[in-house]
Amino acid sequence: MRISGLAARLVLSPTVLVTVVCFYGCAVWTAYISFTKSSFIPNYTFNGLAQYERLFATPRWGVAYTNMFIFGVLLVVGALAVGLLLAIMIDRNVRGEGFFRTVMLYPLSMSFIVTGLAWQWVLSPSIGVQHFVRDLGFPNFTFDWIAQQDRAIYTLVFAGVWHQAGLIMAIMLAGLRGVDRDIWRATKVEGIPTWRVYLGIVLPMLRPLVVTCVVLLSVAVVKSYDLVVAMTGGGPGFASDLPGKFVVDFSFERANIGQASAAAVVMLGSVFAALAPYFYVELRKRGQ
Amino acid sequence: MKAARIGLYAFLLGAALFFSIPLLIVVMTSLKPMTEIRTGSIFALPLAPNFDAWVKAWMSACTGLACEGIRVGFWNSFRILVPSVALSVMAGALNGYALAQWKPPGANALLTALMLGAFIPYQVILYPMVKILSNIGLYNSLPGIIAVHIIFGLPVMTLIFRNFYAGLPDELLKAARVDGAGFWRIFFEIMLPLSINILIVAVILQVTGIWNDYLLGLIFAGRDNAPMTVQLNLIVNTSMGEQEHNVNMAATLLTALPPLLVYFASGRYFVRGITAGAVKG
Repeated sequence: MRISGLAARLVLSPTVLVTVVCFYGCAVWTAYISFTKSSFIPNYTFNGLAQYERLFATPRWGVAYTNMFIFGVLLVVGALAVGLLLAIMIDRNVRGEGFFRTVMLYPLSMSFIVTGLAWQWVLSPSIGVQHFVRDLGFPNFTFDWIAQQDRAIYTLVFAGVWHQAGLIMAIMLAGLRGVDRDIWRATKVEGIPTWRVYLGIVLPMLRPLVVTCVVLLSVAVVKSYDLVVAMTGGGPGFASDLPGKFVVDFSFERANIGQASAAAVVMLGSVFAALAPYFYVELRKRGQ
Repeated sequence: MKAARIGLYAFLLGAALFFSIPLLIVVMTSLKPMTEIRTGSIFALPLAPNFDAWVKAWMSACTGLACEGIRVGFWNSFRILVPSVALSVMAGALNGYALAQWKPPGANALLTALMLGAFIPYQVILYPMVKILSNIGLYNSLPGIIAVHIIFGLPVMTLIFRNFYAGLPDELLKAARVDGAGFWRIFFEIMLPLSINILIVAVILQVTGIWNDYLLGLIFAGRDNAPMTVQLNLIVNTSMGEQEHNVNMAATLLTALPPLLVYFASGRYFVRGITAGAVKG
């Protein structure tokens, strides 16, 4: 008995070590660097908040950080709206449900690199949609957002929604299937229109799932990296830069580990801010 | 009512088109010669489909100065994938079993710490991890990138298996222990045979996740072991002169193919995997 209990602890000890050292130890290390004078190599002289002050005075970071919110809000709202709408439609007893589910979910199996490249081609002015519509006989048609300083960030939203909407659809559809059939029968007897049942009764019941989806998407937004690398490379210039790319570039290419660390800590803070609604729901559940 | 039904199908078909267009474009363009791409549209069907661009992408597409094709990346990804998946799934199964069935002191604390750890962006951990791995001589090596994949796979893998084993009745373990079976025998003879479904889910999740990884492969694998995603991005985004769209798209398709095949072969398990990985049980 005792020996076996020991085996369980032994088996878990590498995981404990990895958790403490690789996840938390490394995070603390990065946080520490962000409060030092480090530039292209670490310099462990304490320097207060100087890195953060410099970071937020850097135009490129301003763009990247603002982009995170633009991209984030649009992606969360877009993916949630599309996913929910698709789930509701598929739930209306459509034929070929398997086909629709398959088509809507396959993007999830593709990497963000592949997704970004494919969308780069779809939206490319020289070969994509613009070229296609011009060939149809509208020579003045213009759709070159991906090449526009102030529009490129929105093109990432197309690709992001394309990739994530299926996941939201799958989660929501599972939720819709779990709704008590008696509710549908009762509302039918009462003659309440379907859309009002969804809006007034079913969706409020799915609120915990909506919160889960919002949290999932928000965390994915903060972590976004590959998509922007493949699709726009952060460009034109650094117009579509995101914090994830900023940190990697400054860690390895631009070699400013102090700035990279400060930016990484801001990313970490943003993730925990995105998780807040989840903790709020959990705490309320426990409180009841 | 009739009109509403038609509208419903029209919307769903429109959505299906939106979802399939990027893949269709990549497939169609990869089957065309460059002359046809220059004059035509990427939305047009290929006039005389052929696999020339696929062959070129596989055998001789250029990554910077080397022109050995995307197959280099394919085999690198393969070498990274097999041990990473096998070891991380095994580690997850053992961890989940130890946590859920043996309930050692601090089990819940470890689980919470792991779950929170899973939310830390890679960017926060990258630089210190590079330092640690170069100190032990694993930076820019195959064992190094495999270790990194196992480490970053631990939270989700442990969680999936813990949730599964927590759902099994306690009597199973108690009865086996009365019969004198120990930790390892119970795991291999009782628990693993019960876990086939969840093992499949975990393997699919890790295969697609690790194959599709870009950032970790870019930072930790080193040039000689760069996975397919990294090589693909180099081929497409750093090429000089005229872009060979057909070759680029063939390379893209070849990179997307393994996870796509996994998806089409295992739809239901795949969905279970991503929702389990996403919703955390």
